[in-house]
Amino acid sequence: MKDPMEMEKNEWRREERRRRQQQWLTISSPILLLAVWELLSRTSIMNPLFFPPPSSIVSTFWQLLVSGVLPTHIGVSLTRIFLGFLAGTIPGIVIGLLIGMYRPLRAFMSPLIMALMPIPTLALMPLIMIVFGIGELSKVITIAGSVFFPVVLNTAAGVHNIDSAYVDVAKNYGAGAKDFFLRIAFPGALPVMMEGIQMGQAIALLTIVAAEMVNANEGIGYLIWSSYKIFNLKPMYVGLILISFFGYLFSILLRWLQRKLVPWM
Amino acid sequence: MNKDTKISIKNLTKVFYSRHRQVTALHDISLSVKDGEFVCLVGPSGCGKTTLLRILAQLELPSAGEFTIRASDSNKPLQSMIFQEHGIIPWMTVRENVAFGLKMRKAPPKQIKERVDEYIEKVGLAPFANLYPKSLSGGMKQRVCIARAFANDPEILLMDEPFAALDEQNKFLLQEELLNIWEETKKTVLFITHSIDEALMLSDRVVLLSAHPGQVADMIHIDLPRPRNMEMIRSNPKTAEWFVRIWTHLQYEVQKSRKETEGKGRVR
Repeated sequence: MKDPMEMEKNEWRREERRRRQQQWLTISSPILLLAVWELLSRTSIMNPLFFPPPSSIVSTFWQLLVSGVLPTHIGVSLTRIFLGFLAGTIPGIVIGLLIGMYRPLRAFMSPLIMALMPIPTLALMPLIMIVFGIGELSKVITIAGSVFFPVVLNTAAGVHNIDSAYVDVAKNYGAGAKDFFLRIAFPGALPVMMEGIQMGQAIALLTIVAAEMVNANEGIGYLIWSSYKIFNLKPMYVGLILISFFGYLFSILLRWLQRKLVPWM
Repeated sequence: MNKDTKISIKNLTKVFYSRHRQVTALHDISLSVKDGEFVCLVGPSGCGKTTLLRILAQLELPSAGEFTIRASDSNKPLQSMIFQEHGIIPWMTVRENVAFGLKMRKAPPKQIKERVDEYIEKVGLAPFANLYPKSLSGGMKQRVCIARAFANDPEILLMDEPFAALDEQNKFLLQEELLNIWEETKKTVLFITHSIDEALMLSDRVVLLSAHPGQVADMIHIDLPRPRNMEMIRSNPKTAEWFVRIWTHLQYEVQKSRKETEGKGRVR
């Protein structure tokens, strides 16, 4: 007869091995892609003009970084994203909470929101530039506009979906309007609201790049577009990598923030 | 109003009105409850017992009639409700949940702390005071709700099937704990249940309601000595008789409502 402990130990070892294999697979796919790319590009099977080898992109990245060009672009884009994100999120939360709490306001506002929401903010850029000029403000407004909608809708839905039992508890124990807002509506809506903010963050990144392609002299979007125009594609790839990196970084930061803000989930 | 009457309900009627449906949930209910009395409302589903409680809890307005809760102290809230489920707010810790009522009525911080500590201790949740409800079991959650209601020190307590979702063992435990706290504080309690055992175990008086429309059908004084336990309830011949009386009433009501729906040729 076999030792049951030994059996389970072996089973556990097999499970561990499988897990390690999967970790390797996760790491291997990007490495494989880069290796194949490098090879095809160096042997000119792929046109190195369009698909420069990854190693040369890395050296371009380094040159741009030390020359201070890249930090400037990054700084400009991040400032725009940050300001636009705040300018969209804060009114989104406030208006969303109000719409969620007051049904007449909901009835009044919802046709406006529903009509404006499907229009990509980028399509409104000409209008935004006419009203706010071609400077920084119009870019911040463009981002704010695209961040606002997911935040306002999620916040309103978050308030609306609060279990009516909690509303009953608040009423029964005599919560006034201010306490209801701060202790029930806001924290109750927070998880769904945070999902909206996550979405807003993704859209903000999307919008800034597109906006900078159309109308800017600095920024990551400008870097991509200008290098395409002069057909020097290495800086373009650097821009693409940066966007991917910041998208990942922002979503990690927001997830961390969510854990801090919603410890009760 | 009699001097020792705590709750007086007079000719209370509640109608729910919409275009397609008009339902008389409560019809001309009159009831008075003495100070310190523990009254259980028992009835079939649809008899409006929850509606009655929600009216007393000021979560709904009556369509006609009135009720009064006699106040002994103008600083105390008139009533606090213990809900069936979801009564505990998930984004507040145990301590914050228990303190909720006192905070809402702006009690002095020192008093809040004392009362909250006292009742968290009484329901045995002191080690869990700073946890969020997600890590509590169903029984512990209902203990939080009980502590919150008692800590708020209301004139009367309203309980809407607070133990219905618990398993049998937890239910007995919580019934006993509730009785212990109740005997210390001597609060007037209006308690909804559909469990006959629970009604016999807890109450001084059982009020039987009938459905469609909700009306008072019968009343039984449960004059068993206290403190009570389940063995007593099960072995006493008197309680056996009461059990059958309540059981028969509920059976009759269920049959009646079945005939009504069949008579209308539809099943809802």
